[in-house]
Amino acid sequence: MSDQDPILQMRGIHKRFPGVKALSNVDFRLFPGEVHALMGENGAGKSTLIKVLTGVYSIDEGTVDMEGSPISVTSPQESQTAGISTVYQEVNLCPNLTVAENIYIGREPRKFGRILWKEMNRNAAVLLKERLNLDIDVTLPLQYYSVAIQQLVAIARALNISAKVLILDEPTSSLDRNEVQQLFGIMRKLKSDGLAILFVTHFLDQVYEISDRITILRNGEFVGEYRVNELSRIDLVLKMIGKELNLLEELPQLSQEYKDSSGEVLLTASGLGRKGSIEPFDLTLHKGEVVGLAGLLGSGRTEVARLFFGADKPDQGGITSPGIEGGIHSPRDAIKRKIAFCSENRKAEGIIDDLTVRENIILALQASRGWFRTISRKRQDELADEYIQLMNINPPNPEHLIKNLSGGNQQKVLLARWLLTEPRLLILDEPTRGIDVGAKAEIQKLVLSLSRQGMSFLFISSELEEVLRVSDRIAVLRDRNKVKEISGEEMNPHEIMQAIAGG
Amino acid sequence: MSVNRKFIPILVTFGLFVVMFAAGSFRYTGFFSLQVLMNLLVDNAFLLITAVGMSFVILSGGIDLSVGSIIALTTMVSASLVQQQGWPPAVVIPLVLVMGSVFGYGMGAIIHYFKIQPFIVTLAGMFLARGLCYVISIDTITIDNAFYTSVAQTKIHLPGGSFVSISVIIALVVIAAAIYIAHYTRFGRNVYALGGSEQSALLMGLPVAKTKILVYTLSGFCSALAGVVFTFYMLSGYGLHAVGLELDTIAAVVIGGTLLTGGVGYVIGTFFGVMIQGIIQTIISFEGTLSSWWTKIVIGLLLFFFILLQRLLIARRSTLKL
Repeated sequence: MSDQDPILQMRGIHKRFPGVKALSNVDFRLFPGEVHALMGENGAGKSTLIKVLTGVYSIDEGTVDMEGSPISVTSPQESQTAGISTVYQEVNLCPNLTVAENIYIGREPRKFGRILWKEMNRNAAVLLKERLNLDIDVTLPLQYYSVAIQQLVAIARALNISAKVLILDEPTSSLDRNEVQQLFGIMRKLKSDGLAILFVTHFLDQVYEISDRITILRNGEFVGEYRVNELSRIDLVLKMIGKELNLLEELPQLSQEYKDSSGEVLLTASGLGRKGSIEPFDLTLHKGEVVGLAGLLGSGRTEVARLFFGADKPDQGGITSPGIEGGIHSPRDAIKRKIAFCSENRKAEGIIDDLTVRENIILALQASRGWFRTISRKRQDELADEYIQLMNINPPNPEHLIKNLSGGNQQKVLLARWLLTEPRLLILDEPTRGIDVGAKAEIQKLVLSLSRQGMSFLFISSELEEVLRVSDRIAVLRDRNKVKEISGEEMNPHEIMQAIAGG
Repeated sequence: MSVNRKFIPILVTFGLFVVMFAAGSFRYTGFFSLQVLMNLLVDNAFLLITAVGMSFVILSGGIDLSVGSIIALTTMVSASLVQQQGWPPAVVIPLVLVMGSVFGYGMGAIIHYFKIQPFIVTLAGMFLARGLCYVISIDTITIDNAFYTSVAQTKIHLPGGSFVSISVIIALVVIAAAIYIAHYTRFGRNVYALGGSEQSALLMGLPVAKTKILVYTLSGFCSALAGVVFTFYMLSGYGLHAVGLELDTIAAVVIGGTLLTGGVGYVIGTFFGVMIQGIIQTIISFEGTLSSWWTKIVIGLLLFFFILLQRLLIARRSTLKL
């Protein structure tokens, strides 16, 4: 492969947005007849690189060569003309039009301005059959077919634009196992036809199954390009998160003595699963225990949390708690069982910008009491003062508008809001994202001390160090599967990385 | 699957029309005649033309509330120029058609470039056009121009002793052209794509701006043409002509099986939607004792029925993925 010339070569790509360096000095190349995986965590610059390549964003610096000659792509149309086609995560086709039309619209075969339907339908059927092994009725509206087939039609449309480079942006995220295999079969066929495929996914197993080569980005920078068989899974993960394993080993442990997991059972999830979001798993939470969820982005961490809170409906299994009738079917059920959920989306699902710190703190308590039993102003002030002191919220003024607080202090207000309802289980999804080191440590300490007083936690974080530091037990997720449960002496970075990387 | 499922709503519309015509024929003597059918066309020619324009607008995912007012303005401008200024109809008719198109173009441009809801833009257009009628005159202007009266009185005789008016020919030509445009031109297919998903249409590289503006231009043109036909029919211009017609038009399009969310429907469905409204009126006038408001009641019930039918078909479809 390497004796060939690359069909696409990007050199020294820079892209700045106001205040952010999205890409700096990134190189990328694609050879004909290969599947090339682009890997990186959220914010690593994968999407930006693709948007630069497809002409959605313009390049600040750097060159793009197609088949040896420089091209400039400033619009999606230009990129298509140059032979670069993209299939996005969400199918960007018109569900109401027929399959054939979706492939040809804008380029229909015509005679004197009249669309030749027969010819179009025939061409579409042949194209789908010969290149994608797909034998379907092309005269039916696209919406009558499953997402997997819609995805294939999107690929057919892309191929029809005489593509040399095909970009597949997370094509597998809404497909089930069989559909993924069908897609991979087609990718292999296209590859053998000489097409260069750029494949973006965060499923490690899929990368190792289908790709020939991997390029890793981190924080908008180029980390390296590797052949798949020369890069172990664990190295891939370490390069993506930018850590050395031996540095992780030297972490100071906050809770040296692990709680034994034989305490009183709080909740048991058995065979809990939801198609397209998480494979069935078992997980037991005990009283006073911090259970950490570790895994890469998109591995199903938030999905587990949402199932426990009843925010998503499981289609298999259920949650039981000893001594309480019925399961958890809605957030209402969860709140009745004293479960609180602090979402990762602080801005959109958490704080209310234009209310004061006091108002934000009492919100959940007031909601749980019903709006007719208002909390007196005196009591509100007491509660606000108490928690401002407890959590060390700065500035310590309950009448301050929350939007003027720093991220860390906003997070503390949110924690205070849920603590006030005295939950038995508090689910924290990325509670320390984007906040400074000091506030991070305070939140971690608070979690530990509350758990010693008997409160249980489900703790989700992208930072492995943090999960290790606060958890009594860690459930590791990979590719929407709970792959391992680690506790006690096994809780070390090496063990967890191994489980995250798998294989 | 013997019948393609996408044709179900239109078959229901057609079936309903046949059932209503059969029921009328059994119940009332003289109902079962070609002339009753032809009168449906004669009396609703202007509604047919307006509804064709509206079909394109709704298929594209929009709505046009200004159509009734543009009809009124067209009758007013025509009557004023022909009757009071003495302009020849050969100048006046093209002029009002251009006026309606420009009016629609303006609304389309505002909707697209300022990203404003079509509902509110065409609502403004509706008030504006209706108001402009009264700038010309607050009274009815009766037309006795020779060209207009002769067009109004011309009967085109058909075999079997029945007849239609010139307006019917115009309406049928418009419908035939609209079916061709909708299914055999890129503009037509782009309208469907736009109604299916504007975001996708954009990413597929389709000319979204051009299509959207052209849709409202077409609706403006159709309304003005309907206004011309309406002038033949009423032989007058008046600011209160065609009040509430936009709602009748929307009802006809929906009863014709077009989805209000856009992207799904057929021009021929709209044709039968108008015919169903016409036949309800005919049945009620044959009945003799019923108030004409019963038309509204039946249309209201039919609308509910069709909206529910569409909802059921969508629900069923999602469980029937292949």
